[in-house]
Amino acid sequence: MTGGTRSDVLIIGGGIMGASAAFFLRQRGKSVTLIERGLIGQQASGTNFGNVRRQGRFLPQLPLANRSRAIWGRLNELLGEDAEFLPSGHLRLAYTEEMAGRIEQYGRDARPYGLELEMLSGNVLRDRFPFLGPEIRAGSYSPLDGHANPRLAAPAFGRAAKRAGAEIVERAEVLTVEQEGGSFRAETADGRVFRAEQMLITAGAWGSRLSQQFGEPVPLVVHGPQMAVTEPVPYGLEPVLGIATTIPEEIIYLRQVKRGNIVFGGGIRGPASAETLRAYVKPENTLGQLSQITRIVPALRRLNVIRVWSGIESYLPDDIPIMGPSARIPGLHYAFGFCGHGFQLGPGVGDVMAELIATGQTSTPIEPFTIARFANSTTNQPGGHP
Amino acid sequence: MGSPGQARFLRLGETGRARIALVVDGETIEALEGDSLLVAILTARGRLRRSEFGPEARSGFCLMAACQDCWVWTADGHRLRACDTPARAGLSLVTEQPELSWPNRA
Amino acid sequence: MAEPRIIIVGAGPAGVRAAEALVAAGVRPVLLDEGQRDGGQIYRRQPEGFSRTPEQLYGTEAGRAIALHRSFERLKPQIDYRPRHLAWNVADGVVHTISEGKPGQFAYDALIIAAGATDRLLPVKGWQHAGVYSLGGAQIALKAQACAIGRKVVFLGTGPLLQLVALQYHKAGAEVVALLDTSPFPRQVMALPKLAARPGMLLKGLRIVGGLMASGMAIHRGVTPVEIHGEAEAGVTGVSVRLASGEIRRFDCDAVGLGYHLRPEAQLADLARCAFTFDARTRQFWPEIDADGRSSVPGIYLAGDGVRTQGADGAEISGALAACAALEDLGRSVPDAPRAALRAKARVMERFREGIAEAYPWPAGLAADLPDEAILCRCEGITVGELREAAKEKGADEVNRAKALTRVGMGRCQGRYCGHAGAEIVAAATGMPLEAVGRLRGQAPVKPLAIAAGEVQP
Repeated sequence: MTGGTRSDVLIIGGGIMGASAAFFLRQRGKSVTLIERGLIGQQASGTNFGNVRRQGRFLPQLPLANRSRAIWGRLNELLGEDAEFLPSGHLRLAYTEEMAGRIEQYGRDARPYGLELEMLSGNVLRDRFPFLGPEIRAGSYSPLDGHANPRLAAPAFGRAAKRAGAEIVERAEVLTVEQEGGSFRAETADGRVFRAEQMLITAGAWGSRLSQQFGEPVPLVVHGPQMAVTEPVPYGLEPVLGIATTIPEEIIYLRQVKRGNIVFGGGIRGPASAETLRAYVKPENTLGQLSQITRIVPALRRLNVIRVWSGIESYLPDDIPIMGPSARIPGLHYAFGFCGHGFQLGPGVGDVMAELIATGQTSTPIEPFTIARFANSTTNQPGGHP
Repeated sequence: MGSPGQARFLRLGETGRARIALVVDGETIEALEGDSLLVAILTARGRLRRSEFGPEARSGFCLMAACQDCWVWTADGHRLRACDTPARAGLSLVTEQPELSWPNRA
Repeated sequence: MAEPRIIIVGAGPAGVRAAEALVAAGVRPVLLDEGQRDGGQIYRRQPEGFSRTPEQLYGTEAGRAIALHRSFERLKPQIDYRPRHLAWNVADGVVHTISEGKPGQFAYDALIIAAGATDRLLPVKGWQHAGVYSLGGAQIALKAQACAIGRKVVFLGTGPLLQLVALQYHKAGAEVVALLDTSPFPRQVMALPKLAARPGMLLKGLRIVGGLMASGMAIHRGVTPVEIHGEAEAGVTGVSVRLASGEIRRFDCDAVGLGYHLRPEAQLADLARCAFTFDARTRQFWPEIDADGRSSVPGIYLAGDGVRTQGADGAEISGALAACAALEDLGRSVPDAPRAALRAKARVMERFREGIAEAYPWPAGLAADLPDEAILCRCEGITVGELREAAKEKGADEVNRAKALTRVGMGRCQGRYCGHAGAEIVAAATGMPLEAVGRLRGQAPVKPLAIAAGEVQP
């Protein structure tokens, strides 16, 4: 079959990774076609918590997170739209001496990466953040982290990419990807064919279905984050708050948007399915979160939850993403499987992948995320997970 | 027509019930036993609360616990849905968000 | 065989008749109801200490209301009745409730959802002002609390409730300034053959019209709403409409009852993952059911106005049928003859429902024509223009996408009152058919859930 659309780069998957990559590739003068099964930013990119947090990350990921944070700071001027990024600070909290010790150690380890964290405990912590509950022993404050609106960020990247000349094809599901001669070919469920010199797969929970067609399956599983939001109350909780804990039930994070609603999530993950495209919040998980959230901010006990939601997030066994060139095929690139922490990285991932695709290299270290680490993986598990 | 302090609802009957006293925004109002909180307030005042996102006063809408427009606050910051909460003697309510420093009050 | 666990949600006409049929078959159902007392909205009971007679409260339906209340009193010892229990979620065969701040869980083999309906609303510029109430709300103020929503009241919208409430207000001594109906009179005449399926009901309707004519209140049909006038503090000051003659007329008032018939409270069915289907006649999505109320999900049954707006009589029949279906599916034998009679009555109810829908059509064009500056989402203060811009400029041609980009439907009411109009606006702005624009997906909790509930062990 001949004909169809041809471009320099074909991006499969229009989450925040794909949309920002399309935008930055246009900035580098590459012609781009982005194909998305649904709508831009509709899956994990649009349903996550909205954390723009660096602290607590896998340390070798900090250079990438720093690069992304710099882009978040000038996102409005880059995109010409407001994704509600608020550099409100991020506070990582500990209930126990042991966890306090761990976040303190993290602060020392993060400094060489250029991430300055402020350790606070006891009265100093409480004087500064008087809303914290009595169980909180210590906190690590990251003044330049913050949060943004996931419902707006990826679509804004998509529109900016389109204005810059990218071809954005929505409601088109790519079923087959392959090499053809020296280039790449993708065919959609409705029979459209797209070709390009290079390909970038940013298909999130569906990434392994495509990577496997190039002989690089990865053991991806999906989970649904358990999100909720309260009624609006006057803006008063400035930093994003998150608990550092090894007990899954205790995990809780929250942020207040400027309009007043408090968004929160955490705890046991819920069921999600890449096949049915559905993810659910288990009612008992919501109740579990309610019992945890008042440990951080007791005053929240007066508020009401007005809505819950989930999404389809993809996870890898080592809890870090796949990002970088294919280990087998020149011109093929991946960025998917961000294990529930991809939102902050999104703009940076797009920028780095554009650099890599346009120049063949990147100034930001991403070696730990290579797909080669799963070279011996024979299984591909795209299915649901309880 | 109407002013903020003026009653919105008009009683058309059933006025022989026992009288009870509540406090709204610091002032005592008289209501009747069996009133919903919404009726108790709106037979004495013109509004229940303010819109968070507009200048206008709000006074409830559906009266069947569906629209969520009639939430009021007790003086200590708890929320009550006025249309399906019975009025009780001695309740003290406020029709403005209690305080801007809410997160600091455990 | 172990006693089947059957849960009914809602103690209105459908829920009570479902409970009755189950008790007759020897089953003790759990009846979860959000209200303080049984009766639902239509046969809502006034609080203790009130003295009006059933005739004053329920008019021509007093006999039916009394019969339902008496049935319930008889049933009470034979069922597990849980008033003030909000079913806020359902998953994995368990209904999750909240009552007096305490969470509860009720596992079921069969679940009959009879959650009722709320007013179907179409925004009009200025509808956010204090003193604007849904028609159902205006009726509850009178029925349950013996109050009028204001000193000078205008009723605006369409549907059987519009005329009924206007007349009830007049009879109770309230000043009704005007009844403004968007449906042109010929539509009601054209629907007569279907309405004649229930001659008694048609006669009651005609008596209401007669009562309104005799009342002396201003009545205009075929109007186009223009604006509800108001001030930020004082609330409503008047209503302007374009009359059928083309003249724009203002009516001074301090309260407005607004509504366009009813919409089902289908959130729980949605959370239970029941399939929905588009009804072109009423231009809305509702849950799929078979003739007996079986949903697309095994073990979930839907009855009453929460699935089809047939009114109280239809709700009683559909509740009994849903209970029969649940019993049958659980392997109990259900006598054929009474069920056949119920099904025959249900068909009559359905024909009448279609007649009502045709007589008082949802005025879709009014939503599409709303001015940009009108508030669409009362909860979040989002304007029609903001939604239109997202639809036209940001490619939001589906309601959930539009919600994500604009917050329309994201407020406390979860789109109950702006959702239908929002869908019409998106459809008109994008040229997409309403069916393709879709419906807002239900999200728990069905109503706000107190965070303090987390402090209580279920």
